[in-house]
Amino acid sequence: MSEVRTLQIDGKDVAARSDQTILSAAQDNEIGIPTLCHLEGLSDVGACRLCVVEVEGTPKLLPSCTTRVEEGMKITTTSERLVAYRRKMIEMFFVERNHICAVCVANNHCELQDLATRLGVDHFDLPLMHPKLPVDATHERFAIDHNRCILCTRCVRVCDEVEQAHTWDVAGRGAESLIVSDLGTPWGSSTTCTSCGKCVQVCPTGALFEKGRSVAEPKARRPYLPYLVRVAEREQ
Amino acid sequence: MSEIIIEPVTRIEGHAKIAVSVGPDGAVTDARFSVTQVRGFERITVGRPMHEMPSFMARICGICPTSHLLASAKACDEILGVTVPRAARHLRRVMNLAQIVQSHALNFFHLSSPDLLLGFDSDPATRNIAGVAARAPELARDGIALRKFGQQIIETLGGKRVHPAWVVPGGVSTPLSTEQRDNILGAIPDAHARAVRTLEWYKENLASWAEEAAHFGSFPSLYMGLVHHRTGNAAYSDGHLRMVDAEGHRLLDDVDPRPYWDYLGEAVEPYSYLKSPFYKPLGYPAGLYRVGPLARLNVVDKLGSPVADAELAEFRLRLGRFPHGSFHYHWARLIEILHCIDTIGQILSGPDILDQDVRAHAAVNNLEGVGVSEAPRGTLFHHYRVDKDGIIQWVNLVIATGHNNLAMNRSVLQVAQRYIKGDEVREGALNRVEAVIRAYDPCLSCSTHALGQMPLVLEIFAPDGELVRRVTRSPA
Repeated sequence: MSEVRTLQIDGKDVAARSDQTILSAAQDNEIGIPTLCHLEGLSDVGACRLCVVEVEGTPKLLPSCTTRVEEGMKITTTSERLVAYRRKMIEMFFVERNHICAVCVANNHCELQDLATRLGVDHFDLPLMHPKLPVDATHERFAIDHNRCILCTRCVRVCDEVEQAHTWDVAGRGAESLIVSDLGTPWGSSTTCTSCGKCVQVCPTGALFEKGRSVAEPKARRPYLPYLVRVAEREQ
Repeated sequence: MSEIIIEPVTRIEGHAKIAVSVGPDGAVTDARFSVTQVRGFERITVGRPMHEMPSFMARICGICPTSHLLASAKACDEILGVTVPRAARHLRRVMNLAQIVQSHALNFFHLSSPDLLLGFDSDPATRNIAGVAARAPELARDGIALRKFGQQIIETLGGKRVHPAWVVPGGVSTPLSTEQRDNILGAIPDAHARAVRTLEWYKENLASWAEEAAHFGSFPSLYMGLVHHRTGNAAYSDGHLRMVDAEGHRLLDDVDPRPYWDYLGEAVEPYSYLKSPFYKPLGYPAGLYRVGPLARLNVVDKLGSPVADAELAEFRLRLGRFPHGSFHYHWARLIEILHCIDTIGQILSGPDILDQDVRAHAAVNNLEGVGVSEAPRGTLFHHYRVDKDGIIQWVNLVIATGHNNLAMNRSVLQVAQRYIKGDEVREGALNRVEAVIRAYDPCLSCSTHALGQMPLVLEIFAPDGELVRRVTRSPA
């Protein structure tokens, strides 16, 4: 049974349920916090760290998508320090893999690109890592390009939580992690994949895409996800 | 023996140098045109999905991205095994012709007209487009307007002027609207008038360049270009290959251009990153051929638009049926600008141009594809191999400037022999060596050195390698 909590976000007094996250409470009060791995309808994992906020009395920055509200919290969602952190995180996503917007299927429809624009990331201070990463195009309709994957795990979660196929997982450690299908078999030989395409729909970048789409060709819009979640919940 | 090096060559697209060797008697013994940049597109695209290729390849150049876009999409069409819808074929043609107009205008007005209008020996400080604008404002305005005409068509169709992603494997991504068509059609009379006016100016002044015309790469050679398979008219997007020799005998006629390896060999010289293709049956380097505006005018029966065909008739009347001087690339370029403008009008007035069916979809049906089209500078080949999932395995590009490599080297030697004696090198002579390269409008990469005075270094080396003289032209 949830209770009411009162707290301050950016100096504004707000009320929230005790089972709400800071992000959710902020969104209810129309306070924008940048997010990337978060997607309405899926569980939160705090993978991208873009939604970090400052909480008075805590020296650490906390991810707002996985931190529950507490009574009397004083939260800051925008400060010089936070903007600098978020910029650096966007920069690290870019330098960690090979993001070439000019030839990307998601160009102009990419959440990473949008955030970079919004936060004013116009150059990189860190060196580009240029990893050699494969493209798995063995699936009949879809392909995954690890060069553009930011390991947000939206695909893993939607496949598990909504489609309930659990084709996708994360293999490896740290920056060398890779999204794998069926414990590392080529996507085209996956026996669990239902070819529903939800992973492609939720991918924030051009890492998962429909084969045959050319550069800067948007995929279908994704607001249907909350609807699918409700259907899945009703069936259970 | 001494060596003279001209580096960088200016007012061309890309980076190159010219090395001239001078013998003990002061006579030029050899001259070489070297492209000093490696791009590596044939390697970096391996492993990428084929649908990225058109946009990837467009990045080869910022002047002619559309040409690469088109040749690449055609190679992908073959891999998909689709027939491109009729309207899409026509729209691709329009974009290709607009591309030729804007690129030719860039070369003629911005890069070449300073030499033509102000003189090859004029003060280098003002021998540029700004100098042209001061001396002949109308000419400069026409140049800017014609380039804008081409660029605006590309933007109207593709959404942006440089690197539009609109040409895709299987067709184009969006159909043409009535408003877009009418906008383009409305701009044609003005562009036509400007092209005609420039042609008149050029023809009036032709006699004053007689000296250059006689020594700028004037030698017989083979010529190659795409022609329409039935009419023999110019075909810039979908044509059959024709190769003629200096007397006009057709060595290749009505052949499928895709198996280019049957006709063309590719040699590599250690001094340049630019390949030297040659006509296989004649061997290397005897199989020297030229492509581009002059070559196209030489191979076609007619162009296919009435006003430009009248100009072509005059061109042939005054220069002969097969003019061999590379200087005449300039005139050929102007005639092509006129032809392309009028042809865009013809195509857009056609009945099916607004058809909504502009794209064919398919999975990979062939593991190999070749796309061929006429780029502003000549015939362009893109050749890809993919795996069954559509991932690029191997790429070979034979670009227009490459075809002309042997001819450019021959032309540089001819000009150097004429204008350079020992270490007596006048500014105008240096510029003539550059200007002959510029006549071919080589597209070496994507950088333009159009405005201002570029640094030019001339070094003459003694036979033991000691630097005996260094002439520097500093940037403006």
